[in-house]
Amino acid sequence: MHSNVKISVQGLKKSFEKLEVLKNITLDITEGEVVVLLGPSGSGKSTFLRCLNQLETVTDGTILVDDTDITAKHTDMNQVRESVGMVFQHFNLFHHLTVLENMTLAPVQLKKANRHQAEQTALQLLQRVGLADKATVRPAQLSGGQKQRVAIARALCMQPDIMLFDEPTSALDPEMVGEVLAVMKNLARAGMTMVVVTHEIGFAREVADRVIFMEGGYIIEQGAAKEVIDHPHEPRTVDFLSKVL
Amino acid sequence: MVKIVQVYGGMLMTAMGQTLLLALLSLFFASILGLVFGMLKVVPNKVCNFIGMVYVDAIRGWPLIVLAFFVYFTFPAFVQGLGYRSFRLTSLQAGTIALALNCGAYMAEIIRAGIQSVDGGQMEAARSLGLPYITSMRKVVLPQAVRTMIPSIINQFIITLKDTSILSAIGFPELTNATKTIVANTMNTQGWMVAGLMYMVVIILLSKLSGYIERRVRYAQ
Repeated sequence: MHSNVKISVQGLKKSFEKLEVLKNITLDITEGEVVVLLGPSGSGKSTFLRCLNQLETVTDGTILVDDTDITAKHTDMNQVRESVGMVFQHFNLFHHLTVLENMTLAPVQLKKANRHQAEQTALQLLQRVGLADKATVRPAQLSGGQKQRVAIARALCMQPDIMLFDEPTSALDPEMVGEVLAVMKNLARAGMTMVVVTHEIGFAREVADRVIFMEGGYIIEQGAAKEVIDHPHEPRTVDFLSKVL
Repeated sequence: MVKIVQVYGGMLMTAMGQTLLLALLSLFFASILGLVFGMLKVVPNKVCNFIGMVYVDAIRGWPLIVLAFFVYFTFPAFVQGLGYRSFRLTSLQAGTIALALNCGAYMAEIIRAGIQSVDGGQMEAARSLGLPYITSMRKVVLPQAVRTMIPSIINQFIITLKDTSILSAIGFPELTNATKTIVANTMNTQGWMVAGLMYMVVIILLSKLSGYIERRVRYAQ
């Protein structure tokens, strides 16, 4: 059983102008836990994820990552982000750099490693995601699935201990979803703490330690994957699942 | 026309040299101004945005010839009024300041638009890796923005090169000024054709260079 709390969210609220997107979210995520966020679009799940590395500032509440209050003004967010990797729906690879340069930019700039060490780490990670032969190509020459695998490897280059995934397979052609999910499964098995926003119910059932269903800025229901997906209690969860399954 | 070139060729080439000197100095300082104020307009800080806006709006609202007269006559008079009796600006100094301020405002807009044309996800991805804002801008956003900026920047360089002719109004001895003298002395109006062709040759060379640079960066992409 996991016991160390990695991320602790207390009373989180987030508004854009007058629109309140997150309404009082409280949640603990323990080390090594894989949490999948489900919910209809506009439910606030992506916003919640983006609050966890402060790509969105919060309106109210606190978020502790490894006991550091990342909502506090004096917190060095850049340092926190070094240990919180993020994977985006649209990959966001740096178009002007090769795959290898994409991966080594941050470690070298932030002096986590010299260029040689960073390249060695990057090549090992490329091997791990099955793209060892793509080190010198530019993102434009990769398929969607390959781009996303590079994006995951790029995040891993910083040796984070938390990984956030924001709909990592939603922009992919169906035949490429599997290769990305496979990389994520491996990562989960290796003990990475993961928070995943996805519509891949199969992935949630197989990999998630916990599934959280969100709607209208609230957590509606949460629990073990099989519990929430196969035996949901809340009518809104039932309704949502009936539409996506 | 041939006669003008034979007699006044040396004088025209010297004047062209002055034109290029003024253009290069102005473009150098305009690039710095453009980068600084262009950045001020995009950074997530309202005060910076406001300063950038004031500069661009103020300068774009002034005709260059008025700005040149202001810098050459009004500004030194103001400084002299503060007690620095011997303060003067040469026509080269005043011309460089006026042209750099003018061109810098347009450069700032080009740089702002270039930066904003880069998908916001690029900055987010860089920040999510722990890179500070400035590093993300320098290593990720600007290199991509520059590619889209190059044609507009070269275009602005060409405009500024031609705008040096306006500085003949404050007596700077550049090509237009020299031509005016030659035409007045010889009563031969063909001097204007020679001057026009000389400007044209330099500008065609500049646009060829632009095409070359554009191809180079596109290939690198």
